Amino acid sequence: MPAVAPRRVVPLRRPGLWLTSALVVAAATWLALSVWNNPRIDHRAIAQFQFAPAILAGLRVTIVLALLAAVIGAVLGVLLAVMRLSPSPVLRLFSGGYAWLLRGTPLLVQILLWGNLALLFQRIGPFDTNALITPFVASVIALGLNEAAYMAEIVRAGILSVDQGQADASQALGMSRALAMRRILLPQALRVIIPPAGNQFISLLKATSLVSVIAGGDLLTAAENISSANLKTIELMLVATFWYLVLTTVTSLGQYVIERRLARSGTGVRAH
Amino acid sequence: MATLAGGGASARPMVRAEGVHKRYGRDEVLKGIDLEVAAGEVLCLIGPSGSGKSTFLRCINHLEKIDAGRIEVDGEAVGYRERGDKLYEMRERDVCRQRAAIGMVFQRFNLFPHLTVLENLIEAPMRVRRVRRDEAVARGRALLDRVGLLDKCDAYPARLSGGQQQRVAIARALAMEPKLMLFDEPTSALDPELVDEVLAVMRGLADDGMTMIVVTHEMAFARDAGDRVAFIDGGVVVEQGPPDRVLGQPTHERTRSFLTRLLAGARA
Repeated sequence: MPAVAPRRVVPLRRPGLWLTSALVVAAATWLALSVWNNPRIDHRAIAQFQFAPAILAGLRVTIVLALLAAVIGAVLGVLLAVMRLSPSPVLRLFSGGYAWLLRGTPLLVQILLWGNLALLFQRIGPFDTNALITPFVASVIALGLNEAAYMAEIVRAGILSVDQGQADASQALGMSRALAMRRILLPQALRVIIPPAGNQFISLLKATSLVSVIAGGDLLTAAENISSANLKTIELMLVATFWYLVLTTVTSLGQYVIERRLARSGTGVRAH
Repeated sequence: MATLAGGGASARPMVRAEGVHKRYGRDEVLKGIDLEVAAGEVLCLIGPSGSGKSTFLRCINHLEKIDAGRIEVDGEAVGYRERGDKLYEMRERDVCRQRAAIGMVFQRFNLFPHLTVLENLIEAPMRVRRVRRDEAVARGRALLDRVGLLDKCDAYPARLSGGQQQRVAIARALAMEPKLMLFDEPTSALDPELVDEVLAVMRGLADDGMTMIVVTHEMAFARDAGDRVAFIDGGVVVEQGPPDRVLGQPTHERTRSFLTRLLAGARA
């Protein structure tokens, strides 16, 4: 049989696509340059504050806030999800009502309520409310409880995604509901839980900025404190923007790595 | 009722079902099932799909709650405690204890996909029975050897064929040292060439004297491994008896037409 010589393929020319791409690049460049070359921007202020101790302290608070709220959200979220799936109508109603209340009201309002708790209760037990619920503590509570409402929905969807046969097999082996949940169902649900939980964490990182309204001490609070003194508002917002982008980028990369590892094992994560 | 049955412990059946009813909403799936299985006996349940045979099997280990009647395993009512003329639902811990002594094998295997084959076998013995890890591992490996899959002990279930998965599932149930084994259409989800390896394991179990209730469409297995066959249709036991008689000379029209249809399906 004679060999068929490979023939060169000439791709279709698409002048319209080229033109659009060029326009987009031009527009983006113009926008970036017009901000950067704006005579009203004080570049030295950006350089001065990008790594300033006050900003870095705020960054640290933002990270700690997000991590604490994520842990509270995950633990409470699993609890609420299990309650939502429980045979007890009271527990189901509580879990549903929790989601209704915390997802149905703005996070900003919730933060303000927790931050002003002392107006409602002057003392909590033997403690003075203002001493106990500092702006930082109020921020952690508000973000954590709000996060839990969203995590509950994510965890519930994850548990429901596990085949009913897995629960049957666990029960047939004599496992209690709790044991089956912990050892068999939740580990398999993780595959479905992790991608939306990663997105949720990125939202949370950004939502931490809302606690600046009660002076939560986070990155945005720090930037605002400085800008209210030196009036370099745009510069300090750019400083904060840079750090928020660093945080969300690192988180996205981490999420990508975890998801790829989950996909590779093919069947979910190991339980140990 | 209990005093009437008191014919000595050795004569006590391993399973006794009396007037078992089960309904889903308005749909009555079981309409009074009466069956007894002696210790060491192999009972095959046959019948058209939707006849209630799988539901009945799931009632025996209380995966389904029954609406009326009673089921007794090894002399103990399943899922309920009897006091006077009332039935009290058991606490979860007691239901779990009962289930731990009853092995079950499912149509779709239901192995735990996030655990290796050996981990599938030691999970329940360690966490339910509180067996020490080294003991559970030794016993798990012996069981895998018995079903011919010792070389797969570190593999994940997804890497195994359907027949291999079902053999692991049988070994997983045996790891709890059950006194009764329930099989819910164990070969229905398998490619035809993989059926025999699973049936061979089940035959071996039957020969070792395990009490077994097998919901199956494998008439050859029912004929040569079953001690008794019960034909279930419309939520009742239509007829039962030795395999040769029920499958060879069925007395009821419904049994006859079911077997004719099954044979026609096998030939087609």
